[in-house]
Amino acid sequence: MSRTSSGTITPVVHRHFRKNRGWRLFIQTVVGRSYPRVIGAQREKSWMFFEIFLPLMAVSAYVFVYRAIGAPEEYVGFVVMGGAMTAFWMNVLWSMSSQLYWEKEQGNLALYIMAPSSMIAILLGMAVGGLAMTGVRAIVIVVVGSWIFDVQYQVANYLQLFIVFMLAMVALYGMGMMSASLFLLLSREAWHISNLAQEPIYLVSGFYFPIKNLGFWLAAGASLIPLTLGLDAMRQLVFPAGETYGFLTVEVEIAILVIMSVVFLLGARWLLAYVEGLAINEGRLTESRR
Amino acid sequence: MDFAIQTERLGRIYKIRGGKKTEPKELTALQNVDLQVRKGELFGLLGPNGAGKTTLIKILTTLLGPSSGWAKVAGYDVIKDAVKIRPRINMVSGGESSGYGLLTVRENLWMFAQFYGITSGVANKRIRELLEVVGLADRMNTKSSDLSTGLRQKMNIVRGFLTDPEVLFLDEPTLGLDVGASREVRNFVRKWIDEDRTRTLLLTTHYMMEADELCDRVAIINQGKVLACDSPAVLKTRLQKDAIFRMEVSPLDGLAVEQFERLAGVRKVIHRPQDGYSALEMILEKDDVLSAVVNLLTSADKHILNLNKREPTLEDVFVALVGTSMEEVERASTQEVEA
Repeated sequence: MSRTSSGTITPVVHRHFRKNRGWRLFIQTVVGRSYPRVIGAQREKSWMFFEIFLPLMAVSAYVFVYRAIGAPEEYVGFVVMGGAMTAFWMNVLWSMSSQLYWEKEQGNLALYIMAPSSMIAILLGMAVGGLAMTGVRAIVIVVVGSWIFDVQYQVANYLQLFIVFMLAMVALYGMGMMSASLFLLLSREAWHISNLAQEPIYLVSGFYFPIKNLGFWLAAGASLIPLTLGLDAMRQLVFPAGETYGFLTVEVEIAILVIMSVVFLLGARWLLAYVEGLAINEGRLTESRR
Repeated sequence: MDFAIQTERLGRIYKIRGGKKTEPKELTALQNVDLQVRKGELFGLLGPNGAGKTTLIKILTTLLGPSSGWAKVAGYDVIKDAVKIRPRINMVSGGESSGYGLLTVRENLWMFAQFYGITSGVANKRIRELLEVVGLADRMNTKSSDLSTGLRQKMNIVRGFLTDPEVLFLDEPTLGLDVGASREVRNFVRKWIDEDRTRTLLLTTHYMMEADELCDRVAIINQGKVLACDSPAVLKTRLQKDAIFRMEVSPLDGLAVEQFERLAGVRKVIHRPQDGYSALEMILEKDDVLSAVVNLLTSADKHILNLNKREPTLEDVFVALVGTSMEEVERASTQEVEA
């Protein structure tokens, strides 16, 4: 519609238009929901400080400690790589897991459920957007960290490295999608759980040291977080002495990551359907603050 | 008859959880609601806060399941065929804060258009045109967090119309808007429905004037029940044979409303204390009853400051049906919640 000079309304040019369905709608939804993450988030310039400078400070602290105690030089590379991967963990913890809860608070969740697109596409959009945005931060941390501390890489197998990274991301963001539904059920408790999970996961996931040092059972438990195995395998593939510090062989870690990816993605789909059903039956999950 | 919305014996009971040791309480939000909204109608749901309007909209927009009865939108069952209903509907709520503050108005609207499968080219064109209509075109590239409440609501309104739904639900769309912005929204809503009579719009409001001015038909709802459903004009003719007066008198100290209501022929009296005087809204069976009211006032040494006879409004219809004003119902329910 458009307003004429007399103030009356005339029909708009595009009154009857086609709306995509099926996979086209799915892709459009993923792109649409990833947009605020990729573009919107860049407008908040504080990310450079919180997501690059602060992780680099933590990396530096570990590097200085390792050098002071005369730890093998590979540990410096491990720390830089771990520092970069923490960005993904932070993103999943704070921007994926608790996201549906915030969407509910904002009043967006009801609009998402009511839209013809699937909720899994919405969640995937969040994940893709978060992955793209965090990828930039991780690359900056690796580049700057490697330059400052003179880290040398020697990739044994580029294909395996790519596969490990992608599987770790699929499994990690799949876990994030799954926990988004879980956190929605827990409502305000989600905030405390995120807080509670942050530091212990830093420790047991081996962001700043090889998890082999934790002993088999603790390392196996920590491997429930996909980044643990992903990071361990990547370290084995990019540092000549990495294999010595590896927890399991790269092939076994890849196999476990494949299983995790499938389980987490299916779990996310099932939990989302459960939450949507609960929202419709109980009517309490689509309430906004209003 | 082609119905856009149909409900039959529709009911909804909420279970409210107390502490761990207490049994959940049941709250009946809707009871046996039968509604039929024709295609092309601008239908209003009028009732106080807590009457069940939003619950009904949630059921019709597939966000909430009914506890009993059934509902159809655009010919489809809200439970069995929710996926067929969703591409055909949209909803805007008053005071909603949907979207993302970091995105501009255009970007937020574009994002929601993507969830409905509208291609970027069409979406951007429609966004521009609709923003023009609601007078928000100059703010297209403003971050939505920088918009005032009124402008933000205009953006929400555009979001609802952007997908050109067959059935649009507006839940208190003018809530919190100033007089001018409310008028603009009402004008736009009326023009949208008049432009194409295959569109249907269901509007909930607790503003009587809004329902009277906009709606083809109105259902008056209170405590989850539909009390009456017809055009505003027909609803008001129910009170045509009554005499409705507004009287301003010196403060009613010592005189209770019940004393007026005990007089023969007085159907309802509502007392609204004002600064320095009392306003009385009275529904009387006939004009002659007024003399008894005047006698009561003069015997209590009260002075009549002003007296008007007026045409019935939807407010009077509500009072006649419920026995109290919408304002009083809302006040009572607020006190109940606080207690």
